[in-house]
Amino acid sequence: MDRVKVISNRFFLPGLLLFILILLTTMPLFVQPYVVILLTTIIMYIILTLSWSIFSGPTRYISLASAAFFGVGVYVSAMLGQVLPLPVVIAVGGLVSLMLALFIGLLTLRLRGMYFIIFTFGVSELIRHFLLWWETNFTGTVGRWVVAVDHTTVYYVMLIIFMMALLAAYLVRRSKFGLALQSIGEYEEAAVHIGINVTILKTLTFALSAFFMGAAGAIMATRWTYIDPQIAFNPLFSFMPVLMAIFGGIGQLYGPVLGATIFALLEEVLTTEFPYYYMLLFGIILIAVILFLPGGLVGLIQRWRRGGLEG
Amino acid sequence: MLEVSQLDTFYGKTQAMWGVSLSVDEKQIVSLVGANEAGKTTLLKTICGILRPASGSVTFLGSRIDGLTPHSIVELGVSYVPEGGKPFTEMTVRENLEMGAYPYQAWQHREERIEQVYQVFPYLKSREGQLASTLSGGERQMLAMGRSLMARPKLIMFDEPSYGLAPLMVKELFRFITTLNDQGITVLLVEQNVRHALEIADGAYVLENGRIVLEGKSSDLLQNDHIKKAYLGL
Amino acid sequence: MRLLEGEKVTKNFGGLTAVHNVDFDINQGEIVGLIGPNGAGKTTLFNLISGALPATGGEIRYKDERITSLKPNKICKKGIARTFQLIKLFANMKVFENVFLASLFGVSTETNKSNAKKESEELLEFVGLSAVKTTAAKDLTLANQKRLEVARALATRPELLLLDELMAGLNPTEVAQAMELVTRIRDKGITVFMIEHVMKAIMSVCNRIMVLDHGVKIAEGTPGEITTNKKVIEVYLGED
Repeated sequence: MDRVKVISNRFFLPGLLLFILILLTTMPLFVQPYVVILLTTIIMYIILTLSWSIFSGPTRYISLASAAFFGVGVYVSAMLGQVLPLPVVIAVGGLVSLMLALFIGLLTLRLRGMYFIIFTFGVSELIRHFLLWWETNFTGTVGRWVVAVDHTTVYYVMLIIFMMALLAAYLVRRSKFGLALQSIGEYEEAAVHIGINVTILKTLTFALSAFFMGAAGAIMATRWTYIDPQIAFNPLFSFMPVLMAIFGGIGQLYGPVLGATIFALLEEVLTTEFPYYYMLLFGIILIAVILFLPGGLVGLIQRWRRGGLEG
Repeated sequence: MLEVSQLDTFYGKTQAMWGVSLSVDEKQIVSLVGANEAGKTTLLKTICGILRPASGSVTFLGSRIDGLTPHSIVELGVSYVPEGGKPFTEMTVRENLEMGAYPYQAWQHREERIEQVYQVFPYLKSREGQLASTLSGGERQMLAMGRSLMARPKLIMFDEPSYGLAPLMVKELFRFITTLNDQGITVLLVEQNVRHALEIADGAYVLENGRIVLEGKSSDLLQNDHIKKAYLGL
Repeated sequence: MRLLEGEKVTKNFGGLTAVHNVDFDINQGEIVGLIGPNGAGKTTLFNLISGALPATGGEIRYKDERITSLKPNKICKKGIARTFQLIKLFANMKVFENVFLASLFGVSTETNKSNAKKESEELLEFVGLSAVKTTAAKDLTLANQKRLEVARALATRPELLLLDELMAGLNPTEVAQAMELVTRIRDKGITVFMIEHVMKAIMSVCNRIMVLDHGVKIAEGTPGEITTNKKVIEVYLGED
């Protein structure tokens, strides 16, 4: 009973969050660089998954364009990193991504279900191949160098972007637009008949989610120092957020965060221990989740809480 | 022909039917009436194998069929026309009818059977090449009924066939069911339209909250006070 | 006052003409019925009015303003709301949330969350769903789901309400309750245009009835006139 009391206490959750925030902010001071770098990667996945879920979660329009938005940010960083200060580069990365999302949104958001999923994937791949072709035939060199930034700065920037994305996700969710997005996912035709401008709402939310992906891409580029279309627009950046969100559960805000954290840690552990099998293990875990945990980790936790309160 | 005995069925943890028993003799029309969430669809789904009963038995032509897969039950000669018809929306009208003849025996004769269905439902012939998704509610109902005939069933179970049908169509529907029965097909009819359902039936059962509360000859039930008040609005 | 007007309204789907040169008008304060055989084009006509489908030809005017081919959300804000033949509720959302959303987004004037909340609760009371306001829409009985669709439509403060087969699947008691609800809606000052097959309801509640068959208007008049109309009996009512 005490465990349940503590968890439902009003101050537990904000207190826990504050604690984690302080911990994360002071991390670089007392851990090895390796941990900071690992955390940066994890936060990258969290940002991608969380941003993805801002739009795709409630509306159920499964977007596979995340790689496009992330990659655009990476390329902006490569092209402008030498001429503009870092904060501006990151902001521009986010904005260009946002504009790309507005454009893609206008094209694809009229499509339903499977068509939307495949089309967004297609657009992503198109951009990748186009840039490859462009660089091969016009620039003469494939890939670019990016101005390096020390890992601590990268970490802090990523942390800030993460906080912003989390705040945005929280505000959207709690607002009337969050409810409206849900209704689009439930029955879009009915939603439009009660006065919701679904076209504008979908497009703007899609663009919002792209902004954070672009900003994250812009800063991550500085860690890789060398980037090319294959690295920047890696299709894995489209698929992983979806899998992580399914694993974590879309019902609650902490679902994508939890899912991305565990998945990213898992990837790190598995790549080092079982470099040849880790993709296979990923697949098995995912199948297990889909078969036995349809609500993801969120579903599992909700069942535990309900069971605990009844029992 | 069909014997249902002491059926208990659950949806997850919720019990939907308690000790339901009914029987349908060969060449009869039996109607099952009751309020909207009384469990009528649950009963039909249990009989055709979509749901498994927790206890009790379903016997068809002398052998147990509870526990069999739905498609085996269809091959034995039981056809189920679900609520709203549930046609295959991405297929044409003709393709839907062909799907009705899926069991091996029926497949050989499907061309001539389709023609026979068209004679009963000339409307379907004029919509032959159209996708089922373009049909209106009542048209889908017609399509589903045509489809159910394709496998030459011995027993057809209709789930609310008059739902959303125009008055003229409702009359045609019940005329159709009577004609079907005259040709030797046994009918189990679940209906909201109690008056028509009792008028064409030989026997009837009343289901309320998952239990049989009344049964007997439909002519008797039409005179019953409870029926008159609750279902006929008199 | 003429609220809704349709002139030579036509809708083609490829080779199929669903609605052909249909004229109609609805006056304020009326309850107008729309009947016809299955597949006659009734729901299609509603889809054209509500903006769910673009018209192929003709014009629809609401309060003398052309609304043909406007988007449904714009038409909703102008004052036309509807329910659907196949229930289109936000199934996993609560009863209250279904209505609340409509209150927030469907009204043409500025509104805030607390106003919307108040109006939603009043509407739930009006249709009789206050007791189940925290239930998920998918867990409601059929009759209650229909009530919810009505409440949701009313939350957008319409002047014209389109009801598509409200009574389908309801037993006699529920039909009587639905009829009473429609009358109360009219008493509130809302004009009603309703598609129905339940003749009892149409006869007692409607001022006027329009009959559609194969996309064409074949009759129009008072309930008495329609039930004695030869053509209507032939294609729709049947001999009794």
